[in-house]
Amino acid sequence: MTDAISTPMHPGRPATSDMVRRLPEYLMIWVPLLLSAAHLIAFSLWTIWISFTPSTLVPVTGWVGLRNYSAVAASRNWQIALDNLLLFGSTFVVLSLATGLILAILLDQRIRGENVLRSIFLYPLAVSFVVTGTVWSWLLNPGLGIQKLVHDLGWSSFRFDWLIDRDMAIWTIVIAAIWQSSGFAMALFLAGLRSVDADLIRAAQIDGAGPVRMYRRVILPTLWPITVTVIVIQLQFAISTFDLVRALTNGGPGIATQLPALVVYDLMFQRSLLGRGAAAAVLMLLILLGVLLPYAAWRYVQRRRTIHA
Amino acid sequence: MRERTYAPSRILIYLVVSLIAAAWLAPLAVVVLNSLRTNEEIAQGSMIGWPQHFAWSNYAAAWSGFCVAETCAGIRPYMLNSALVTIPATIFSTLLGAVAGYAVSLWRFRGDSWIYGIVTLGIFLPQQMRLLPWTIVLRDTGLMNTLTGLVLIHTIQGLSFTTLFCRNYYVAIPHELIRAARIDGAGFFRVFWRIILPLSPPILVVTVVWQFTHIWNEFLYGVTFTTGQQQPVTAALIALSAAVADIPQHGVQSAAVIIAALPTLLIYLFGGRYFVRGLTAGAVK
Repeated sequence: MTDAISTPMHPGRPATSDMVRRLPEYLMIWVPLLLSAAHLIAFSLWTIWISFTPSTLVPVTGWVGLRNYSAVAASRNWQIALDNLLLFGSTFVVLSLATGLILAILLDQRIRGENVLRSIFLYPLAVSFVVTGTVWSWLLNPGLGIQKLVHDLGWSSFRFDWLIDRDMAIWTIVIAAIWQSSGFAMALFLAGLRSVDADLIRAAQIDGAGPVRMYRRVILPTLWPITVTVIVIQLQFAISTFDLVRALTNGGPGIATQLPALVVYDLMFQRSLLGRGAAAAVLMLLILLGVLLPYAAWRYVQRRRTIHA
Repeated sequence: MRERTYAPSRILIYLVVSLIAAAWLAPLAVVVLNSLRTNEEIAQGSMIGWPQHFAWSNYAAAWSGFCVAETCAGIRPYMLNSALVTIPATIFSTLLGAVAGYAVSLWRFRGDSWIYGIVTLGIFLPQQMRLLPWTIVLRDTGLMNTLTGLVLIHTIQGLSFTTLFCRNYYVAIPHELIRAARIDGAGFFRVFWRIILPLSPPILVVTVVWQFTHIWNEFLYGVTFTTGQQQPVTAALIALSAAVADIPQHGVQSAAVIIAALPTLLIYLFGGRYFVRGLTAGAVK
């Protein structure tokens, strides 16, 4: 921008020219922000509206009340998806949290090669779920992966066929998801461990606290806020998991590894039941809000407390 | 507590960390090794093994040889698609996010905190809530099954992240600096060009790394809004594994997987610091 253009006042011009001159400014401030905010609100409201209409192949007007919702909720697909989400969400979050915390504590011991190790635990996060899902589907495939290797080595009774086992297949998703994202928990925990007040540690050392006591009594309690944040973000990831399952099991065998995001996609684009697909999407949103709203309330209380403290 | 060197507990720590690191690297090692093994070799044994001789031809086949549906152009056209979506969408969303983040943090206006709150909601809102509306918008604008359509989606959606990153960075800039410039008669853009932008490189690198990785790895929009030759590489990989399900070509597929993952892996390798910063910035608001 040259100085001539941005010189504030051009004498002799009417006042409206000031508005005109500043138009690009207003456009740059407002258009991207409004576009982003408007699309989020309008798109959400539109999807909510569609979920109450009898839309199938194309969106149509009309009102069917909660019929789409009851149809989705009653479908076997959705029930299995919810069961899986509950199982996957809880085990994945607990295990990735535990893995992340253990890794963070180990890396916090001033060990050699910390940077390299940290990079190794974090690299899966940089790679697409499609790629990691594909690779894990090979490793866990009994005819190709770990089971085949062990068989070839001579232990022919070894069995690791979870990928094609209806009851166990969901655990393959858990394994791949932990591998993919416990590095995230590790990174946040490590940042938390490193920010523990040095005076606090010194005081505990003077009191004669050993490493175990130190972590249990002094260091770990300070990690609570980070733990809650990690839980919420991992739960959010679990609720919207799509690519990983699509690449790893594609919901199978049968519909054994179905998850809500796959049901939405199936209803919307494979069965062309837009109303039901939208209802399933809104249900996903409600599940997410069930996690996010308590978290927002907790954050609010925390903030108030720090202000008043 | 943190300075002993050769105690048995130290050895145990190294042992445990090395074992976990090996487990974390194993999938990568397996794909790299398989990308150098012939399909026959893999079929005779398992996916896990050392190449008998290095089958570099897998990479040539993966890049420009193998067939998906009727087209035999390898992964190259899809890599190009991904690049043509990711690069412009990263640049647009970063630039717009920088201006938006600057506007909401330093150029207070009526309702700014509301707008900002709604924009950042986009980080949490499930993609599934926006799939049908985007379908309608793309269809009505004639952008369905085009790369331009994907650029548009990623630019607008990316604003949620980029505005958040930039805003959190810009609020830390001393307001006196801005106030002084405004008293001197500098307008919105002049302050942005002369003061904000020169201070921005650290956050812009984080934003670019984050957006590039995100958009390159995105799958749902790619598979929903594009078909065939217009698909980004993530969607093409899924199509490839479905296409070769009958005649396994794991050597070629592994090479394709490596090529598809290479851009983000390289960014992670060289910009890991910024990647982690984006990760934590997205997490702790």
